[in-house]
This record gives sequence, C-alpha cells and structure tokens, in this order.
Amino acid sequence: MRVLVCIKRVPAPGARINVTEDGLAVDTTNLGFTTSPHEECALEAGLQLVEEHGGSATALTLGPPEAEEQLRYAASLGVTDAALIPTDGTDWDPQRTARAIGHVIAELEAVGGEFDVILFGNESADSGGFQVGVRVARALGRPMITGAKGLTMDGTTARVQREIDGTQEVYELRLPAIIGVKEGINLPRYPTMKGRLASRKLGVQIHEAVGEPGGQRMVQLVSPPEQESRLVVLGAGPAAADKVVDLLAERGLL
Amino acid sequence: MILVLVEHDRGVLAPASFEALTFARAFDCEVHAITLGAPADELAPYLGAYGATAVHQAHHDLLVDYGPDASADALVSLVATLKPGALMATGTDRGNEVLAHVAARLDAPFVANVTGENLDASADRWELTRIRWGGSLHERATITADVRLLTVALHAVEPTPAPAPAVATPMPFTPTIDPSAAITIVRDRVKREVGQTLATASVVVGGGRGVGSAEGFEPLEALARELGGVVGCSRAVTNNGWRNHTDQVGQTGTRIGADVYLACGISGAIQHWVGASGAKCIIAINTDAAANMVTKADYAVIGDLHEIVPAITAAIRSRRGV
Repeated sequence: MRVLVCIKRVPAPGARINVTEDGLAVDTTNLGFTTSPHEECALEAGLQLVEEHGGSATALTLGPPEAEEQLRYAASLGVTDAALIPTDGTDWDPQRTARAIGHVIAELEAVGGEFDVILFGNESADSGGFQVGVRVARALGRPMITGAKGLTMDGTTARVQREIDGTQEVYELRLPAIIGVKEGINLPRYPTMKGRLASRKLGVQIHEAVGEPGGQRMVQLVSPPEQESRLVVLGAGPAAADKVVDLLAERGLL
Repeated sequence: MILVLVEHDRGVLAPASFEALTFARAFDCEVHAITLGAPADELAPYLGAYGATAVHQAHHDLLVDYGPDASADALVSLVATLKPGALMATGTDRGNEVLAHVAARLDAPFVANVTGENLDASADRWELTRIRWGGSLHERATITADVRLLTVALHAVEPTPAPAPAVATPMPFTPTIDPSAAITIVRDRVKREVGQTLATASVVVGGGRGVGSAEGFEPLEALARELGGVVGCSRAVTNNGWRNHTDQVGQTGTRIGADVYLACGISGAIQHWVGASGAKCIIAINTDAAANMVTKADYAVIGDLHEIVPAITAAIRSRRGV
C-alpha cells in the first residue's frame, strides 16, 4: 500500500500568536514550530496502515524551506520518502496551495505509482481554511471525506467513521481515496532513537511550486482585542465551596 | 441575491443556520434559503421569520441523508440557474465540508469562518474578517468571484429574527446529481443516545493536567452528575491517555456553550480557551492564581482541586438536604 500524508508546519498550538508590525505575518521570533495537530494524527494513521498492509509512507509539505524539519520529524516516526514544495514563506491562498500540491502529487505518482491513500489533516491549525484536501481530491478525481475519527482498509475500500453533531456516520470510499483526519483518531507515537538517526539520512525531494493564485487574498492579520479582566476571586481552598454553590444556585442549576 | 444553505438532520433544523441567515441580511439584498432533501420541506415557515423570501427545496433520492458530494452537486446545480452573488453556510463541520466541495467543483475561492465584523461588500471584491487559530487571530481577507462562497463562524453572529418577517415561498426543484459522482455515500449512521453532549450541556466540569490521572477524574464525574452536566478535559489530558478525545474542549476538540464551565486544574492555553470561551460563566479552580485560565475566568477559587471539587459536591448535597 502506498500512502501519502500531507502535513503543514505551524507555530506550536497553545502559544500566544503575535502579529508582525505590518500585520502581514505571524511574528515568529519567540515561537516553536510543529506539525499541525490533525496532521500528526494523519501521520500516525498512515504509518499504522503501512504496518498492517505493507508498503510505504511518504510525507509531503508546502511551506518555507524550514518545513524540512517537519519532514524529518515524520521520517523519525517511520516515513521513508519526503517531498518539499518550498514557498517564500508568505501566506498562500487555499486554491494556490491545492494547485501546487495536486501538481506535485501527479509528479510523485508518475515516478512511483499511484498512492492508494492520501491523508490530510481536517484543517490546518493556523489558517483553518477547511478545503485544500477537498480541492486536491477534485483535481485528481478521487473520493474524499473529512473528519475521519476511524479508518480501516480492506484492499479496495476505505471505511471511514466520523461523528458529526452527535450522529456517527460510516462512509465507504473506493481506493484510491483521500481522507481528512481529525485529532482523536489515534494517539501519535513518539520518535525512536533509531528513527531519529534514520531521519538524518532522509533525502528530501524538492519540487517546484506550480500554481496560480486564487480569488482569496489575505490583507492583514489582526489580534483580537484583549478581553478586560472580569475576575472575581471567590476565595481559597474548600472554604470557598459555598460561594461556588451560591453562583450555581443563582443560575438555576441546582 | 444571497443564497443560504440551511442545515438539518432528517428534518431537524441545525439552529446555527439562523446565524447564517442573520449574517446574510447584513448585505442588504434579497435572501433565499436552500434545504437539501424532502424531510426539510417543513422548515420553510421558520426560515421566513429570519428573512428568507424563498426556500429552494432540493428533492432527490441521494439527498435523504447527508453526503458531501450529493449536497455539493445539488448546490452547484441551483447556483448555475439562480446565479446568486454569494452562497453562505454555517461554519459547522458539514457547512465547511460542503462549501469546500462546491468550491472545488466551481474552482472558486471559499472563505471559511467569517465573523460579522467590518464587512465591506461595496465593490466587486468583498473584504471580510475571518478567524484563524480557532479565533485567537483574525484575518482581513478579500474574495473576488462571481459567486462568493463563505461560511459564517459558529456563534460569531447572534441569531436575530428579521424586523419584518418574510414568507419564504417554497420552490421545490430536482437537482442534477450524477449517481456515479456521488462517490462518498454514507453506509451507516447511528444517532447517539439522547442526552447531554459536551457541545450542548448546560454545565461542564473540565479537568486539566492538574487532575493528575484518569482516576483523578472521579470527583469531577461526581460533581457533573450532581449538576446534570458532563465532564470535559484539556488536550494535555487526552495526550496523556487519561480520557477519550471526545471529551476534549478546545480548538481541536469541542467548543462548549455551557451556562457554567468549572475549569479544574487547567492552565488555559489558547488551544483550550478557544473551546471554553463560549461558556457564559467560567469558574476556574487552580493552585496557580496567575494561570491563564484563572485570569480570564469570571470567578476563581485558588487551591487544590482535589480538595475543592469534593467540597462543592458536598455543599450542593447538604443544601439539598441529602
């Protein structure tokens, strides 16, 4: 089974995100970077498929040259091939991103054969456009489902389970297929020492970014206004429990 | 004219659709709604109250249950004949998914999760505000297209009935859906047991790293039971394997809208705050008075959750005379 996992380098979630003075980018001065959380789970799902069905997993990313770091991390987990589509680090709109990724997938498949499964994260943690995987699927003429919280394969079919608004849905997709994975589908593994060593030797293929800009353009990033503190400290320790219960009672929750 | 996709599940309206209808009225032009599948036909009267003057009712065998391909085909089919200036949906999982499929079919831009702030639709190129990082960063973005595709971020707009309610004229139609193109078809669906979900519970008792272990959640469970609420947790908790990801409150988990959120031993990273900030009242319990969760909360109790949470449960019981 040939598996491709598309990942994105993003500032570590949880950090406070500041904007540069011109408002055109995130201020990366004090930020650590990581793989977007849904895509960490996509990597894990891809590696599990390879462990169960044989074959190999490839990682692909579009981003600044530094995104090579995330490809090497993927290799430390077990990915054996990696492709980087370097950008100038500016914000690419979703149509342009999808065009470039679709183009490179076609190049990779022309050389190494079709990918049975291509995995994306449900949405990127930073720009959150909810669309690149769907656009790539359309361009390649493959079925696509997002929000995957469960994934099994039987050789010709992918069975995807997801939960939306309290309803559990199961989809069956003919392979080759594209799937958007959501955090919670698995617990991603950590790199092994052997994996770390192997990742240093990984040959990262560089592919030229081909793709016209689309109809959405980022004008400026703005930090939402800081909310003014409204904190009332009720007290310290178990003695404050009664005051909490007063609040609950006021709201009709008892 | 603006076309708004109204979401439903076998005829049960997704209330967030009223947010999208309210948002659409800000553009000062005619608003039409579209519902997919015959079970939604009875929703028409509710949509008029929110300003829709017509509701296009797509009828097709492939629209009985939700499927992204059939839904997108139906929308594209109507957009081709109606030529609206914009097609809008709610920024739910389904809303974002369907509009992405429509955008891919039309090779048109799609702006996800727009807020109601600072709209400028005076020129061909609309300028909007959308959310990034689950709302901790805003982006000013322009969209240039014949049909602007966008979703309205969940809970970003207060749903308000139209000052002058309209009568939404039902306009049934049969969309063109290629059965072989409807390649993602739902094979099985199970409605979860009726009961409180994290997203809809009126009380959520959340636990973070400070809870310390899977077993440490038992007092939180007891308090949640006492209040008829549910237990939530932070990403640190699911990453430690203490609780299932379905309990996670946050950007990559669930966004809660509880009347009261009791955040116990949670530091309050942005990722968690994004999921918690929809709660109407936040009470933080933490040993660290300087923790983000405490400083952003409405109320706080400083101290060890392992002592305070059982004390709250006991106080509730004694007040009830149990």
